[in-house]
Amino acid sequence: MSGNRRKTAAALAATAAISLLASACTGQSNGASDDPSKETTINFWHGWNSPNEVQGIQATVDAFEKAHPNIHVKVIGDMTDDKVNQALRAGGSNAPDVVSSFTTNNVGKFCSSKAFLDLDPFLKKDGIDPDKTFPKAMNEYTQFDGVRCTLPLLGDAYGLYYNKDAFEKAGIKRPPQTWSELAATAKRLTKTKGDSYEQLGFMPNYHGYETTTEHYLGGWDPKYFDADGKSNIAEDPSFAAMLKTQKKLVDDLGGYEKLEKYRTSFGDEWGAKHPFHTGQVAMQLDGEWRLGMAEETKPKFEIGVAPMPVADDEADTYGKGYLTGTIAGIAATSKKQNAAWELVKFMTTDTDAVVNFANAIHNVPSTLAALKSPKLKYDPRFKTFLDIAADPKSTTTPPSVNGGAYLVSLQNLGFDIEKGKQKDIEAGLEKTAKEIDAAIAQAK
Amino acid sequence: MTTYTLRAKRRRSALRTAAFMSPWLIGFCVFFAYPLISTVYFSFTSYDGFTAPEFSGLKNWSFVFNDYPLFWPALRNTLWLVVVMVTCRVVFGLGVGLLITKIKTGAGVFRTLFYLPYLAPPVAATLGFVFLLNPGTGPVNSILGEIGLPTPGWFTDAAWSKPALTALAVWGVGDLMVIFMAALLDVPKEQYEAAELDGATAFQRFRFVTLPNISPIILFAVVTGIIQTMQYYTQPFVAGKVASGVMGGSGQQFEPGYPDKSTLTLPQVVYNLGFQRFDYGSACVVALVLFVLAMAFTALLMRRRSGLIQAGE
Repeated sequence: MSGNRRKTAAALAATAAISLLASACTGQSNGASDDPSKETTINFWHGWNSPNEVQGIQATVDAFEKAHPNIHVKVIGDMTDDKVNQALRAGGSNAPDVVSSFTTNNVGKFCSSKAFLDLDPFLKKDGIDPDKTFPKAMNEYTQFDGVRCTLPLLGDAYGLYYNKDAFEKAGIKRPPQTWSELAATAKRLTKTKGDSYEQLGFMPNYHGYETTTEHYLGGWDPKYFDADGKSNIAEDPSFAAMLKTQKKLVDDLGGYEKLEKYRTSFGDEWGAKHPFHTGQVAMQLDGEWRLGMAEETKPKFEIGVAPMPVADDEADTYGKGYLTGTIAGIAATSKKQNAAWELVKFMTTDTDAVVNFANAIHNVPSTLAALKSPKLKYDPRFKTFLDIAADPKSTTTPPSVNGGAYLVSLQNLGFDIEKGKQKDIEAGLEKTAKEIDAAIAQAK
Repeated sequence: MTTYTLRAKRRRSALRTAAFMSPWLIGFCVFFAYPLISTVYFSFTSYDGFTAPEFSGLKNWSFVFNDYPLFWPALRNTLWLVVVMVTCRVVFGLGVGLLITKIKTGAGVFRTLFYLPYLAPPVAATLGFVFLLNPGTGPVNSILGEIGLPTPGWFTDAAWSKPALTALAVWGVGDLMVIFMAALLDVPKEQYEAAELDGATAFQRFRFVTLPNISPIILFAVVTGIIQTMQYYTQPFVAGKVASGVMGGSGQQFEPGYPDKSTLTLPQVVYNLGFQRFDYGSACVVALVLFVLAMAFTALLMRRRSGLIQAGE
């Protein structure tokens, strides 16, 4: 072989090696046909890490192993998205067979890339109708583009927390039901002190913890994408209406700068000094977990819970809210897919399993049957969140092929509007819609 | 000796050289050449990390430069930090080094005091700074307010967030201080004595004796500083995240750069594209931009320095 030929061969070999290495890093289905009635062990990865959560999921797995003595489950907790994604790519005997993730935004990528198995054949085989099993919004965030590759494993419902004592002092009889009512209530509850506040009725800024664009939009009926999968935010009036409502709230309650400065005096969202616990804010848009967290700090006031306010022209839909939650799916690289399905089915559709887990970690159950179960143990105020979850008008944010990038684009527009950098809201929405479409086209 | 024996000897010698170099060669290939070639290759593909990469020509390059809204703010911020933060760190490090080499008593105490912050873990140090500079509850603004000075928003104000990061970087200048101290102590004393005999002022001694002697160390500090700043991720990410208050709830997306994209740096963009948007191809484009910028800065400095040395001769 001449020198040149040798060099060419070496270059070709190197290129082939690189291509092989690159394609080796991809997750593809093995089409495993394991027998779930035989002795087997599967790996289950989840992200829970606090002691009661870990105990709760372990109790669920114990119940599963009792019901399926031949299937053993190796549980690995505290898994982050990055680790999960890496394992989904690499596969192997230590990689997860069953995965649960808190990031519902990633469902679009999990389904479109086939990193998670399509669960429809399994559901059909076992006669499970997702529409009759799971709440409508939870059904939406667990599938993408006609492929259902995940199922909901408990959920989070967003409502309005309010300081009952502050309401009583201000002579306010009931929590606000529309955003106009909330604006008026927040003003009445706000007490200024110098150039700051003694008590703020409601922190409207988008950085006020859970007051993000997607959570505000739970009070409207937003359609993020049209039938062709293009961004609909410039067409659907819900978006402009929400952005205007929030901006007016910011301006009416003291302006962005003043509110933002007050916000910097707040404690951590997940700590005892959360501004709602300390009485710094009288109303807070938040998830169902806040009730338990707030009560643990023994606040000096009575906590009220209500559905989040709705748009003024949708007052008849009061009672709905925003839903998200944890999802569970089967790794396409799993060689024990049938056994893995048994675990996913048990955790997500067995009423007692769902109820017991919900009782253990104080999340919202994710099946319609579990939401009505008499075995559910909860503070009477928690019923608000159960009703929000069961309400077919409750909304969520749909999965997208590039994760939550469209939500970030919308949120960035919100930031610009609240601080007055973007004055023309409609023009901002059009520009952002183009940005979202370009990012989705890039991801496809 | 025959030609054959000579050839065999040369071959054996080449093999021996290769064997001695093999640890470095393997490391270079595995940790530099292969990742670099892969990065170039992936930058021309659509690759989400799950499915096999597909050749897509210049699509990623066009997206990053034309449609991705975070690239240009991140590039501007990174360049700002390269120019301002690196300069401040070098000047401050040299200043502290000079000061400590001149101190007759207590130099050890000051050396320790100035070096200690460098040992603080980046996340802890950043959290400490965000707490100290908190506009609502931080002691710095309380003191500034008490003495009638303006109270900036620091990490919550886009105009002040990068200066606040620079202050954090200057606070941890202990590494440069030690390097400069060693270089300063290495300057021949005779040169200072000769300059003094010639009537040189303190500034002239610094300009014409100290600086030429320590210029290789300054170049080293600047080049490594630029490369470190190109990789600047932890501090701006933590500062932005903590100051924004958004720690991320269930299913909540977090994008770095608070406030108003002012703490966004190119490495954060690489993470955002690759791991949050599943667009490895575009992430590779940004990584290559970083590589080219680091090379360009380094080449420019090396050329400029060799030019200066030639001019000095």
